[in-house]
Amino acid sequence: MNIYADNAATTKMSRTAVDAMLPYLDQIYGNPSSLHSVGQRANEALASARGRVAACLGCDAGEIIFTSGGSEADNQAIISAARIGERKGKKHIISTAFEHHAVLHTLNKLEKEGFEVTLLDVHENGLVTARQVEEAIREDTCLVTVMYANNEIGTIQPIGEIGAVCRAKGVLFHTDAVQAAGHLHIDVKEQNIDMLSLSAHKFHGPKGIGALYVKKGIALTNLIEGGAQERGKRAGTENIPAIMGMAAALEEACGSIDENAAKVSALRDRLIAGLSEIPHGVLNGDAVKRLPGNVNFCFEGIEGESLLLLLDDKGVCASSGSACTSGSLDPSHVLLAIGRPHEIAHGSLRLTISEETTQEEVDYLIGAVKEVVSYLRGMSPVWRDLESGKSKFVTA
Amino acid sequence: MALYSDKVMDHFRNPRNVGVIEDADGVGEVGNAKCGDIMKIYLKIDNDIISDVKFETFGCGSAIASSSMATELIKGRPVSEALELSNKAVAEALDGLPAHKMHCSVLAEEAIKAAVKDYYDRNGIEYDHAQFPDCESCGHCSV
Ligand SMILES: Cc1ncc(COP(=O)(O)O)c(C=O)c1O
Repeated sequence: MNIYADNAATTKMSRTAVDAMLPYLDQIYGNPSSLHSVGQRANEALASARGRVAACLGCDAGEIIFTSGGSEADNQAIISAARIGERKGKKHIISTAFEHHAVLHTLNKLEKEGFEVTLLDVHENGLVTARQVEEAIREDTCLVTVMYANNEIGTIQPIGEIGAVCRAKGVLFHTDAVQAAGHLHIDVKEQNIDMLSLSAHKFHGPKGIGALYVKKGIALTNLIEGGAQERGKRAGTENIPAIMGMAAALEEACGSIDENAAKVSALRDRLIAGLSEIPHGVLNGDAVKRLPGNVNFCFEGIEGESLLLLLDDKGVCASSGSACTSGSLDPSHVLLAIGRPHEIAHGSLRLTISEETTQEEVDYLIGAVKEVVSYLRGMSPVWRDLESGKSKFVTA
Repeated sequence: MALYSDKVMDHFRNPRNVGVIEDADGVGEVGNAKCGDIMKIYLKIDNDIISDVKFETFGCGSAIASSSMATELIKGRPVSEALELSNKAVAEALDGLPAHKMHCSVLAEEAIKAAVKDYYDRNGIEYDHAQFPDCESCGHCSV
């Protein structure tokens, strides 16, 4: 059996999205800035895509900027807010310890320029509260940036409540909604969101395309200088095929959000229940306030990379936050942020399912993980010490 | 996955000499669970020859493959030869390791040295302490 359970990393494009792209590759291939008819047809397509993406977020078409993806949107939103703040002498930014690196590394860069960054602690259940944000806001705070849903542990933050606090205090609010868009209801007006990042490849659209919603009146800073595309805020000939694919994918996903969420979260809960039978493992992140497709466990006594390799041999594509898979010496900053000790964080497994996942596949996943965990524990000196009582289990 | 050579994958999927020797003559454990890898080597020694060797490893694919290969390389060999086994030899026997995984072969070398040292200590055999670097000196881990 071949099971793709890494939908938080990226998704398979939907047929609708592929079909929406094709005509723009070899028929309506014009440059939307050109005056001739093939260019103008591309320009009409661009305008329609902008309107459709805006409709999915509850904003106006003029408030959408197309970018090369989630990372660029995050960078531009944060840098823009920092420049606005700087002009008013406000150089304090609030975020959380478990943001994506697209956010954290941009904040690091600003810190080197003299900005002060407060990273809110994340509770063990993977949530921050609006109260924490409220208490951290100062006179000189120019931006609050909190992710909509976490990419590793799937926890959904109280975005509407945080938006209300920021609005009341007059502080700009950005949210990285890369994992949420197309999966959760978003209404930027109702939720008082000033800026929002999304990325098409997380909802069955193409890679290398994303969008930044910016509330009217907020001045953006360019990351890329050049032509007058995207209201002069993001130069470069628009990637029309990708934009069309993204609009189609987002519309399709938003059109069946409730139905998909109900179906996928039922499968997720079945998967969580099955994996909870493995002794000395722990679910990472709140069991309820989490993305429909996200399952993330730590298993004591094993290391994540060997777990992934053996699962791959069984046809299962998954992911882990162990140091060996993160490409650094430390395990995932997200797992450390929710208080998992290093030795436990190395044994993490993330399975992210989609609408296409079947119950049969979920049952196969449960069996495969159980088998591989127990095999690896059988050769682990750490597990031997835990079992013999020489060292203490951290989890139940 | 093309991250590893076929040899590494073979030793990872079918590790040789996994297990425990209850009446081992020397046991060595190196690494740190915080860093994500621990290796434990058990030696049975008869007339200065390693007559049996087993390992247990907590770690990534290359850590398991390195332990497996290292045990193969010293099984049936004199203790003095085992002491000379370098991490490079382990990595080469595996047709190479990615640069950021070389420390796995270092752990394998150190685990064998630690087991031999334990054997020497238990039997009151004299040795040159400089031959046995301690784990703290490697600086691989940030924790
Ligand atoms: C939460 C989050 N933010 C940002 C990104 C970056 O998006 P992209 O790959 O489109 O640049 C990702 C995806 O990797 C993500 O999960």
